[in-house]
Parts: sequence; structure tokens; C-alpha cells
Amino acid sequence: MKKIKIFLLLLAVPLFLGCQQPAPRSVVRLATTTSVRDTGLLDMLNEEFQKDGRYTLQAIAVGSGQAMRLGRTGEADILWVHSPDDEVKFIEEGYGTDRTTFLHNDFVILGPAADPARVKGSKKAADAFKKIAAARAPFISRADQSGTHKKELKIWASAGVKPAWELYLEAGQGMAGTLSIAEEKKAYVLADRSTYLSMARNLKLAIVCEGDDLLINRYSLILANPARFPKVNAAGARAYFDFVLSKPVKETIEKFGVEKYGRQLFFYDYAPK
Amino acid sequence: MEFILEGFRKALQLIFSGNPEIFAIARLSLTVSLAATALAVLAGVPLGSWIAVKKFPLKKLLIALVNTGMGLPPVVAGLVVMLLLARSGPLGFLNWLYTPKGMIVAQFIIALPIITALSVSAMQNVDPKFYNQILALGASERQAVWVCLKEIRLTMVAAVIAGFGRLVAEVGAVMIVGGNIRHQTRMLTTATVMETQMGNFDMAIAIGLVLLAVGFIVNLALTLIQQNKVLAR
Repeated sequence: MKKIKIFLLLLAVPLFLGCQQPAPRSVVRLATTTSVRDTGLLDMLNEEFQKDGRYTLQAIAVGSGQAMRLGRTGEADILWVHSPDDEVKFIEEGYGTDRTTFLHNDFVILGPAADPARVKGSKKAADAFKKIAAARAPFISRADQSGTHKKELKIWASAGVKPAWELYLEAGQGMAGTLSIAEEKKAYVLADRSTYLSMARNLKLAIVCEGDDLLINRYSLILANPARFPKVNAAGARAYFDFVLSKPVKETIEKFGVEKYGRQLFFYDYAPK
Repeated sequence: MEFILEGFRKALQLIFSGNPEIFAIARLSLTVSLAATALAVLAGVPLGSWIAVKKFPLKKLLIALVNTGMGLPPVVAGLVVMLLLARSGPLGFLNWLYTPKGMIVAQFIIALPIITALSVSAMQNVDPKFYNQILALGASERQAVWVCLKEIRLTMVAAVIAGFGRLVAEVGAVMIVGGNIRHQTRMLTTATVMETQMGNFDMAIAIGLVLLAVGFIVNLALTLIQQNKVLAR
């Protein structure tokens, strides 16, 4: 009897541990893309942002498509996404404000070293995709409505190919998961360069096409529209917005990756005041 | 083959060098799953006992529903809790989405049917004559149930073990409700998924080993309690 009571009490202990809340901070919810998290950039910036103890950042790393779905229902206070066409629509429909395109890197087309579809040497992304389709070579698509997936669909459209053959596989996962599948299946895949570089030590896939203008990857910040969603943390979102668009963060981002990956991963396009 | 051995070697290094992040993640996993189990025990044992001893219409249907709930897919529980806790959802004012509290709610929903169903069947195994005799001796219903619970406490510990085991190993619900946020809602299971996808097999193996260890230690503790009771009889 007594033992049971003690046991129940013991079970309940973590309950109170879990409820320990730090001094009240303003919670800012950021919806962003897996590429920004998987490189480690997000963690680094977030630590800096939370340092003064005024804010807790909840950074949800999903695809850009899902990030914007979170924005459409007012779940996110601020978005950091890379799907320009959808972003424009998002603003037009009144879900967000202050869209600021501030950062870019680029996409690369990766393939197995043997390059069965003979893609290497293609200058244009569309040509590369045409060759992959013609060879009916294995290709792994994100297929998750993310910015990368939208870019992939855009390249298929400009190549005039409808991607549907036996070895065109839809992963439905983040960039890292999709790259791992492509690695195992010796498949072609479209990836943002920063995620590719951050995983390169675990990959045998090689770049088969890069440098086309169509492969540029632009990231934007968007604030949730407080007029439409009264529950969003507008002040906190603004604070994060101003933080990312500041000189110190510009410098941090421009240095980011040089030490670890041997090259700059993200290029800052915004001139902070 | 080599990368597996290398992964294990680095994983052991990470664990024995006391990597603070791994231990923080383990602490969170343990806290959330134990809290959810405790809440499920507090709610599920009385509920299960009540279902077992009371006579009411559609009792068999209710038991069938509870038994079905034992197989509730965690992702479904996660989805439902996410919809409820979303800012635009009915419980949005709590601001529990993407927090450990939200994850406890989701895991509680997963554990509740398990604890309840096992309580029902354990309670129904008690000889009705025994129960009626206690009532005849002048005990209230509540006191009679309490006496019966003491009789079946070994089975009840087994129910707790089953519930906790399911929760600590569960990934779908905490991924959806928690969001796998570093330093906030990253659990052992969600971290294992993420590190595996990133190809960081050393980290994935390390976290996987810690997950196994956590499960083992808690079950060892519960089993010791249970077996000591056996010996005490």
C-alpha cells in the first residue's frame, strides 16, 4: 500500500520538473526550411537571438510549402522560405507582409559517379533534366511542396518533360532524407548546395550540373499579417526580422561554413542600415 | 561494414565523453514519457476499475473501444492533438503546440487506452465473490475497488511497463506535436530519425543506444518493484 503510494508519487515527479518554466519570455514561432536547419545555420543564429533572454524561438524546420501552410492558418509568426512564386501569392492573398528577399545560394543537380544518363557537361538545368528523363534514369523527388520541390517542377516544365516513369520516385521527406535515399539508390536528385555540402562527407553522389541561372535559390523573410491573425506575436516576429536583417548577422552568415565546409554557403543580398 | 563499426566506436565515445546535448535530450524524453505515463495511470486505473465493476448498457462496446485504443497509431494521436492545440484550434489559447506540455498530452492519449484496457482485464480477473464479500463486510465501493487493486498490483505494474515502453519508443506523435526543436522538444526518437537522415550515423547510433538504455533502466526499476512484491508475498 505504502509502496504503491510512493511509486505513484515517484511517477508524478517528472510532471513538476516538466512544468518548470523559465522567466516569462516572449515566444516567437519561426517556420522555415530544412536546408537552413540541416546546415547548422539556424541553430547558430537562434542561440544568438535568444541570448538576451527576451525571446524563446520555436523554429519549426519543414519544407517551404508546409511553412507557408503554417503561415496561412496563423500558426507561425514569421517565415523564412524559398519558394518565390508561392511567396508572391502568399502576400497577395494577405497572409503576410514585409516580404524581404535577403539571401541566396544555389541548387545543384547531383548524380551517381558513373553518370549513366551522361548528364555531366550540361550547362542548362533543363538539358540535364531532359537527359535524365530520356535515359529513364532513377531520380528522387522531394515531392513535399517544398521550395526545392517547386524548383524541381519548374525545371521539368522548362525542359518540357512530365516526370513520370518507373524510377522517378517521390520521397516526401526533407532534403537530408531525400539525399540519403538518392545515395542508396544511385539516383539523380536536385539539392540546395548548402545541404549537399553539409552532408558531402557521407555522400558518394557528385555534382553533374551547376551554375545555371535557373538554379539560383532565393530565400525571403515574411512576417505574418497581424491584421489578419490577431494571435500572432507581431512584436517578437519583428524583433527576429530586424535581427536577421542586421549587420552582425550579415557578417555571421557570410562567414558561415567557411571553416567547416571550406566555402561560404549562403550569400547575403540585403544591405542592413 | 566498416562504417557501422566506426559509427559504434564514435557513438560510444560520444556517450562516455558525456556529450551534454545527448543527455539533455535523454532527460527530456524521460520526463515527457514518464509524466504521460503517470497521468495515464492516475486517469486510466480508476477508469478501468470503474468499467470493470460497474454494470451499464453498452459495456461490452465500451471495452471493445478501449481495446481498440490500445492500437491507436501515434501519428493519429499526434495529428489530433496538433489540430486541437493549434493557435486556430479550440485549445489554441494554451499555447502548448511545439512544447513539452503538448507532447505529454499526445503521449497521454496514447497511453490512456493501454492502461485502462489492462486495468479492466486485470480487475475482471478478480473473483467477483471476493469483491462482493468486501462489500458485504461494509466497505464502500471505492474501498472495495482499492482492496482489489492491491490484489492485482503486480499486473498493474506490468500495465505501467507496457504503457511506458510504448511511449518512450514512440516517434510519430512527438514529431508532429513537438516539431523536433533543438533544446526544446527534440526527443531521443526524433533526434535518431533526424541524424539518420543526415547520414550522421555515429550520432544516430549514440542516441539509439541511449534510448535503449533509458528504456532498460526504467523497466529494470519497475521490474524490481514488481518482483520484490512477489517475494514479499
